[in-house]
Amino acid sequence: MPASSSAPDVAIEFDQVFKSFGERSRKHLVLNNISFTIPRGLTTVIAGGSGQGKSVTLKLILGLLYPDSGQVLVDGVNVPSLNKRDLRRLRTRFGVLFQGSALFDSLTVFENVALPLRERTKMSEDEIYRKVLATLDQLELIGHEEKFPAQLSGGMKKRVGLARALQLEPEIILFDEPTTGLDPVMTREIYQLFDSMQKRLGYTAVIVSHDIPGVFDLADQIILLNKGEVDIFNDVNEIVHSEKPYIREFAEMTMGDLFTHPEKENCHS
Amino acid sequence: MAETIKQQNEVPFLLRPCVYLGDQVLYILSDLGWMGFFFFSSFAGMFRHPFRFREFVKQLRFIGAGSIAVIFFTALSSGMVLGLQGYYSLHKFGAEGMLGSAVSLTLIMELGPVLTALMVTGRAGSAMCAEIGIMRISEQIDALECMAVDPFRYLISPKLLAALISVPLLTAFFDVVGIFGGYLAGVQLMGVNSGSFFSGMQQSVTNHDIRLGVIKSFAFALLLVWICTGRGYFVQQIRGAGFGAESVSKVTTQAVVLSSISVLIFDYLLTAVLL
Repeated sequence: MPASSSAPDVAIEFDQVFKSFGERSRKHLVLNNISFTIPRGLTTVIAGGSGQGKSVTLKLILGLLYPDSGQVLVDGVNVPSLNKRDLRRLRTRFGVLFQGSALFDSLTVFENVALPLRERTKMSEDEIYRKVLATLDQLELIGHEEKFPAQLSGGMKKRVGLARALQLEPEIILFDEPTTGLDPVMTREIYQLFDSMQKRLGYTAVIVSHDIPGVFDLADQIILLNKGEVDIFNDVNEIVHSEKPYIREFAEMTMGDLFTHPEKENCHS
Repeated sequence: MAETIKQQNEVPFLLRPCVYLGDQVLYILSDLGWMGFFFFSSFAGMFRHPFRFREFVKQLRFIGAGSIAVIFFTALSSGMVLGLQGYYSLHKFGAEGMLGSAVSLTLIMELGPVLTALMVTGRAGSAMCAEIGIMRISEQIDALECMAVDPFRYLISPKLLAALISVPLLTAFFDVVGIFGGYLAGVQLMGVNSGSFFSGMQQSVTNHDIRLGVIKSFAFALLLVWICTGRGYFVQQIRGAGFGAESVSKVTTQAVVLSSISVLIFDYLLTAVLL
């Protein structure tokens, strides 16, 4: 992994970021002076209610949106200041798993997973075939290569999305609401899969989710977005025992039992 | 920051029409700017590596081969109508011998390129707009950008090149079938002399007329792919389009209308400049 000029253990840094949406009279401030860091090689969960700017945070990291002010640094490089070519180069280091998986619906599972290799590398078709099949095997998708996304279940789509995101061996993988639309059993399976793949490959994982507290099992760091403000925790206990009234209110609303009986936290891990 | 936003809300009542007008002008200028950027990026994408040959052939088949039937029937019926109408008009002056030249010039310079472009817009342009729009709202285009794949080169350029090749060929096909339709109605049904029909055509149609038709068909091909795919690509930025499936349906309608009107306006402009 390339060494960062300033802090080698920090993969991503937000420095005093403001972001608003809408035009003129209907302007809505989503991120209000946000600052945080995401450590390299670990899993960071960005949590918060709907409309709190979680997906916006991911799009800022990818350079799909620009902040109104402030810096979004990836390895010390300010993403909004990059030109088109440098931004494209930076993006090759990311893998992204979208909320709706964003699979190309006119391509088969195999073609979807092979697409980044065909477009971004000079590998031969034989090498691509072997590499794609190896990944599909790891994610238990063998036998489904010729199916189209519309023929897959929600969980399988997520796995194909992850297989595609892993093809270029990215240093950072961003997950946008990875368990939306999945049942609790499937959600748990997907989390276990994310956890094992992250431990095996050692990439930096950034998971945006409103699946609280389920997603906290994976987290080495939790970033809580609430009304444009940010709070950082190292584990779920810190959230449960926080003194801040709005954090307590958030925990009570989203965690229910776990908040009132913190000893149950062990059941989730 | 919050204060700045509040200040913008408090525009005096009398000034609000000015704010609205300025806002609309800025929106139109920015939309034109994005569409210009879209056109140049897609055009440049045709010359960039790797070229998607299979996708290009697929589009050639969809835009070109797939439109042959609709072009055949449109051309045959418009040619026959031209033959009949031409016969009745020319018959009054005893100039039936001019029928061949009237039918062929109208078809080659005007009806061929325009009707082909309108039919391709309705059949393939709407499909292209809906396809790109759905890819945009389901984040497939974001996914391409995240994989550092240029979406213009990957998605739009093969369509643009396929249209640039197939629309002029379809126009030529339209002209031939249309002239045959005129021959059927004028010569076979109304009894105009076959020799005078073809010799009139041969004498009056010049290379310049054919060149004008070909230039128009290239221009219309660019125009229809640009507008239809561009509207789909920016589906989330278009005011009043709404969200989700509704936005794609509204923008597809808008794209077909805009593309058809642009073809008609450009037809006049090109005729005025090149004739």
